[in-house]
Amino acid sequence: MNIEINNIDRKLLMDRSSPGRIGATLPPLDVPKQKLPPNNYLRDNIDLPELSESELVRYFSKLSQFNFSIDHNFYPLGSCTMKYNPKINDEIASMKGLSNLHPLQDESTIQGALKLMFELQESLCEITGMDNISLAPMAGADGELAGMLMTKAYHLSNKNPQRKKILIPDSAHGTNPASAAMAGFEVITLPSDPKGNADIEALKSSVDETLAGLMITLPSTLGLFDTNILDVCKIVHNAGGIVYGDGANLNSLLGRVKLGELGFDIIHSNLHKTFTQPHGGGGPGAGPVIIKKFLSDYLPSPIVKYNQKTNYYSLYSPINTIGKMGAFHGNFGALVRAYSYIKTLGGSGINQISQNAVINANYIRTQLKDYFTLPFDRTCMHEVVLSAKDYKQKYNISALDIAKRLIDYGIHPPTMYFPLIIDEALLIEPTETESKDTLDYFIEVMKTISKEAKDNPELLHNAPHNTPNTRVDEALAARNPNLRWTSSNI
Amino acid sequence: MNIENNSEYVSPYIPNTNLDRQKMLEIIGVKRIDDLFKDIPSDYLNPNLNLAEPMSEFELKKYIDAICSMNIVPGEYSSFLGAGSYQHHIPSIVNQLSTRSEYMTSYTPYQPEVSQGTLQTEYEFQSLCCLLTNMEVANAGMYDGSTALAEAALMSARINKKNKIAILDTVSPTYIEILKTYTQYQGISIYIVNENEINLEEDTTCLIVQNPNFYGNIDDMKQFAKIAHQNEALLISYTDAMSLGMFIPPGDYDADIAVSEGQTMGVPTSFGGPYVGIFTCKKKYIRQMPGRIVGKTIDTKGNTAYVLTLQTREQHIRRENATSNICTSVALIALMSTIYMASLGKKGIKHIAELCYQKAHYASELIKKIPGYSLLSDNIFFREFTIICPRSPKEINKILLKEKIIGGLDISNKIKNGMLLSFTEVNSKEDIDNLIKTLSKIK
Amino acid sequence: MNPKDLKYSKDHEWIKLQSDNSALIGITEFATDSLGDVVFIELPDVGSKIKQFEKIGEIESVKAVSDIYTPISGEIIEQNTELIDNPELINNSPFEDGWMFKVKNIDSNELTNLMDADEYDKLIED
Repeated sequence: MNIEINNIDRKLLMDRSSPGRIGATLPPLDVPKQKLPPNNYLRDNIDLPELSESELVRYFSKLSQFNFSIDHNFYPLGSCTMKYNPKINDEIASMKGLSNLHPLQDESTIQGALKLMFELQESLCEITGMDNISLAPMAGADGELAGMLMTKAYHLSNKNPQRKKILIPDSAHGTNPASAAMAGFEVITLPSDPKGNADIEALKSSVDETLAGLMITLPSTLGLFDTNILDVCKIVHNAGGIVYGDGANLNSLLGRVKLGELGFDIIHSNLHKTFTQPHGGGGPGAGPVIIKKFLSDYLPSPIVKYNQKTNYYSLYSPINTIGKMGAFHGNFGALVRAYSYIKTLGGSGINQISQNAVINANYIRTQLKDYFTLPFDRTCMHEVVLSAKDYKQKYNISALDIAKRLIDYGIHPPTMYFPLIIDEALLIEPTETESKDTLDYFIEVMKTISKEAKDNPELLHNAPHNTPNTRVDEALAARNPNLRWTSSNI
Repeated sequence: MNIENNSEYVSPYIPNTNLDRQKMLEIIGVKRIDDLFKDIPSDYLNPNLNLAEPMSEFELKKYIDAICSMNIVPGEYSSFLGAGSYQHHIPSIVNQLSTRSEYMTSYTPYQPEVSQGTLQTEYEFQSLCCLLTNMEVANAGMYDGSTALAEAALMSARINKKNKIAILDTVSPTYIEILKTYTQYQGISIYIVNENEINLEEDTTCLIVQNPNFYGNIDDMKQFAKIAHQNEALLISYTDAMSLGMFIPPGDYDADIAVSEGQTMGVPTSFGGPYVGIFTCKKKYIRQMPGRIVGKTIDTKGNTAYVLTLQTREQHIRRENATSNICTSVALIALMSTIYMASLGKKGIKHIAELCYQKAHYASELIKKIPGYSLLSDNIFFREFTIICPRSPKEINKILLKEKIIGGLDISNKIKNGMLLSFTEVNSKEDIDNLIKTLSKIK
Repeated sequence: MNPKDLKYSKDHEWIKLQSDNSALIGITEFATDSLGDVVFIELPDVGSKIKQFEKIGEIESVKAVSDIYTPISGEIIEQNTELIDNPELINNSPFEDGWMFKVKNIDSNELTNLMDADEYDKLIED
């Protein structure tokens, strides 16, 4: 066939549109016709596509097949915790008794929803060893922002406006400095030491009366548990600062250690990582902010409280709240899924998550360390960072080339070029939901690619080979931004 | 759990068996699992975890059924609540297609070769948002409408380097609250202006107008645009996306940034979230936009491809200097809205918008004839309007509830005995007549 | 190769003196190589007065942003408008067609704060 399949699949809705088609049934007008407002208020035309339901189903089904997903195969995206998303959670979240609730209903009519939120609050506090929580933040970065705003509010109400400095390790995720800046803080980068821990000496020399706090990810984005963490917390506390924990990597600690007991004052948890809200191609997520008691008055609203005497749940706003993070009560649908997950596994199941995640990561580490550079040769937690710098030097094969070649073997690329402090980084997080068989396949593939890099580098440079698109021109996209359909696009 | 109630729980989500783990530990070169956790200070290792025992799927569903039965659910009761979250019928294909696991269980599309499904549908979302609003460009979505509004104000301050936000007193108090949360430590101040006498202070970066406003009224937006631009401030509009099926869109009144709550387009009310914020602006401002943006490009073979673009604005590159801290957003909800808009299409969106309008006006005509009740104003409105009740809306809502009616939002803290009522196509004539009948009995 | 007739800053900008006491300014090939494909540059308006080594703008590639520091004080009299539509000129021809802006009223004493080609070669080798 000479027809370009690609171009047919890629045709946009507006270019598929045909006047007169419709993809939905429309209810009739069942009330007497009312007077319309003056014409100058009304829109004369709305340009939206016209397609039949069957065409839409084909289009969106076909497009979906251009996606790689965790339900397809192994997705070892470091620091993203792409683990299996249990189906029961989706079914429960879509139950009408939950999904049809309106956020502004009277409290007496939503006791079930509030009970669910209250129990989730309690469970997350228990799992993390913290005292209080707000489920309001709508993603990890939103939880960070909430935590940073609370840090600011706390220092200001203690008459310490000079505490303007937030320390952030150089291995941190970019949202950390961005969130701190949105809360009006000055960001100071803290170097890592040769073992991959936060540099204690650098920390000591940067704490003073201007310190507002430290934002640290534990385990770090290098997949390492900071062996100095107790000292780190102590140093920050002695200087009057708040210790903020980015819970992005909480999956490796579930049931093994509680961040609250180690000395953390504020953390957030990415429910779309640790507690299996599906990632949805980029959200929705949820990022509850979980804290020690002394910060309770600053939590974002609303929070659910329970009166045992009256057996009644209600929403409240803390006295010095930093405010609301969104229009209503957070991403309830995501909260329901996390709740369902915790209920399914219970204490016994939660306890098994971290050990399996950590075994899986170390299994990969020990089997690949002779093939790739291991920047930190020590036991890792739930993820392992490898470096492809030798391949870059010897064969001009980059981390990107290796990652793209993995796609040819049906495996999603790991996180690349992050953390920024590792050259040609490949950050691999297998999660607990992968079997030894899958890991063995991955390890074999990585060894094969390592050989291909030497024998047939072009194979890697041109990878992937069997995807809907080959590598794309990102420079063209950024130089001449084409961000929407227009009639001249045809 | 099996009948013998073995002590060891086997998680359905963990494939490795004890034997697998044993083999793996041997290869790793450690004896026990705890050897892998030796970096954790031993005093803190393996704390007591006080959580309930695991539940089987069957038990869990029963448990959740019980929780659901503690709720009163719109649909079973007729509901007239709106104020930023609206019940609509959602065509079956929205759920059927958006819950395909290819969409649901993929990550943010950093690898374009294996993410064209998400990328192309996000480009479609941007396109349909532009067509709906008549604005030049859109991003791939924000957390919700309220945070889109807060981000719009921050973006305005970046564009013209001014630091005062003027916001009309008819904007939802909730949105003003969120605006305060996001701007409180950024050296930006907010002042509220009265709709009838707008005097913008010097250094005002933007004028924020909600249309229809919190009380339901449609305003003359052209006049607000003029005032903003005369003062060298941007006009930021917050619209009810469904109203754009009928009323003139922000692009036609020269809005600089236009945001909306996308929930009304195919997303369940879901007790307040997840929703999707629609974010659009003039093209000249794209480099100051927050959030993910998808662009069209080509691959090495010259075929059409889509990719995340203008990423240097974002936190993973610009860190503390990023336009926003947003990372995980709401791609899946944006997909639901995309499918909804495509399915209803040109005629359907207009039709649903008109049904909302017609039903609300049918109801308003009847309510204002009930002795003791009146409308707050005789302005033009879309699907929501404010009534003044003969007694406290709280009491009225209690009585309505007994008749299986969820009444409007009590706004007596703003307007004495004020209630905000909302109508959509799911409110049948019978439901509306029943509401009127019940209200008539309350004196 | 870094041209011999230019002066260089440690921030990888180059300056080329013109006969009329003005100068062209751009970034070096070393800088464009480490940035990757340039997609956008942001410079101060014509007429702006700038001071040696201060941050005056930004240059963006697909996945990096870098500050632009002026190697010399003066007044901006021209921007290379070709770069607006064709930012790739910076990659393709960093020392010629990819020049970024032109300044006048420069103080030639400031040139002593800059490197010649040999010194710059050495800097980027390290």
